[in-house]
Amino acid sequence: MSDPAVDPEEVRHVADLARVDLADDEIERFTEQFGDILDAFEALDDVPETEREADLSNVMRPDETRESLSQEDALRNASDTEEGQFKGPKVS
Amino acid sequence: MTAYNGYVTDETIEGADDGPLADKTVAVKDNISTEGVRTTCGSAMLSDYVPPYDATVVERLKDAGATIPGKTNMDEFGMGTTTETSAYGPVENPVAEGRVPGGSSGGSAAVVAAGDADLALGSDTGGSIRCPAAFCGVVGIKPTYGLVSRYGLVAYANSLEQIGPIAPSVEDAAELLDVIAGPDEHDATTQEAPESDGSYAAAADGDIDGLSIGVPTELLDGADEEVVETFWDAMDDLEAQGASYHEVDLPSVEHAVEAYYVIAMSEASSNLARFDGVRYGQSGGYDGNWNESFANAREEGFGEEVKRRILLGTYALSAGYHDKYYKKAQDARAWVKQDFDEALEDADVLASPTMPVPPMKRGESLDDPLTMYLADANTTPVNLANLPAISVPAGETGDGLPVGLQLVGPAFGERDIIRAGSALA
Repeated sequence: MSDPAVDPEEVRHVADLARVDLADDEIERFTEQFGDILDAFEALDDVPETEREADLSNVMRPDETRESLSQEDALRNASDTEEGQFKGPKVS
Repeated sequence: MTAYNGYVTDETIEGADDGPLADKTVAVKDNISTEGVRTTCGSAMLSDYVPPYDATVVERLKDAGATIPGKTNMDEFGMGTTTETSAYGPVENPVAEGRVPGGSSGGSAAVVAAGDADLALGSDTGGSIRCPAAFCGVVGIKPTYGLVSRYGLVAYANSLEQIGPIAPSVEDAAELLDVIAGPDEHDATTQEAPESDGSYAAAADGDIDGLSIGVPTELLDGADEEVVETFWDAMDDLEAQGASYHEVDLPSVEHAVEAYYVIAMSEASSNLARFDGVRYGQSGGYDGNWNESFANAREEGFGEEVKRRILLGTYALSAGYHDKYYKKAQDARAWVKQDFDEALEDADVLASPTMPVPPMKRGESLDDPLTMYLADANTTPVNLANLPAISVPAGETGDGLPVGLQLVGPAFGERDIIRAGSALA
């Protein structure tokens, strides 16, 4: 295979990009599994460049106001809200 | 609750008094929004999430008079082939002891197979309706992309997935499809199907005299011997009823499962970014750096398979790897689509085993994700090609394990696969 298997640092970096904190044992397991999975994805190198048919068209509607979720309903599942807005973690 | 853990929530939702489904119970997969009834997606992240609105398919079920007996268990966010990754515990196969029910709509297939619901809705991103239908010995339909509204379906990989019916017979599945199909102003990817005579249920007439079936040899290579035998027995049955078959080559499908996983994981990494503990999900109560708070909430709220896919998707889209993985996967997707379109010029439908293996033993897939992914080899090409497919019971292995036969039709050719499938079930 052309690429070396991923190393723990790379897994840590991607986890950081994806905003997922990982435990050390997860990093270890993922490093090994990602090596196997990415090796399998190497098969895509043999795929020829293929033209993609664009047989779809955009769906438009008139830009008119209409009923939607109330602000209260839209916020109902947030863990914390304030004055009709989502409330995030405190920045120390 | 059921002995095999089919439901996450068994709260009953009553539909209208009259309608085509007035005497039916229709279980709904727990990634389909139900107003006022919690919708967990099989994830701890959404253990308290109560949707403020109904998915379009749920509205249509209620209007059709259906009673929803509960929300069915599933692989977390639809990510799995065995329904063992749910935060609410694995589902057992009610018709094959010690085996998985298939996934990710394992709860939906199990409650139908066990007779605890008349019908069920699942969602199929890479086989998640057809696989559990095959493993539980029932019927499942993955509609053409755009036939059924995804409004209210919590997205995993939105360019690939469709909601569809699971039922004991092809005719019952078709009746449920009649209720949920059709354009929806809330989902701009829905389309009006080309005009056709009669309902989907009416197409379940078993009349396959003169039907031409293509058999992609690539989808038989490497399949379990007993599965292949059962498949050919079912093909003989179809031939005896007037159908004919010929072999076809689909070289692109050799790359389909890899392309599917690259695309699905990439879309998942984007779709699941919203679960940050602020807008939705469990916050864990962390303070300080926002990114660290999100990362902590997501570490706690997501299970291992979900993290694996989010990370691999992030990797495939990251600088330096996008062209190598994501762009190549999109080429493969276009190639698969071309191959299927060509094969369907000389055949009415294409047939293969739904799954290359019988239902796996419980627990054996969890530590080997790659092997689990590769089990989706026969179902994922259909999602890449946006086509309709049905899984119908083909028979059983020597040990009594269910085997499913998959029939794939042209875009919006649901009646073709329903008619062909109804000759078997």
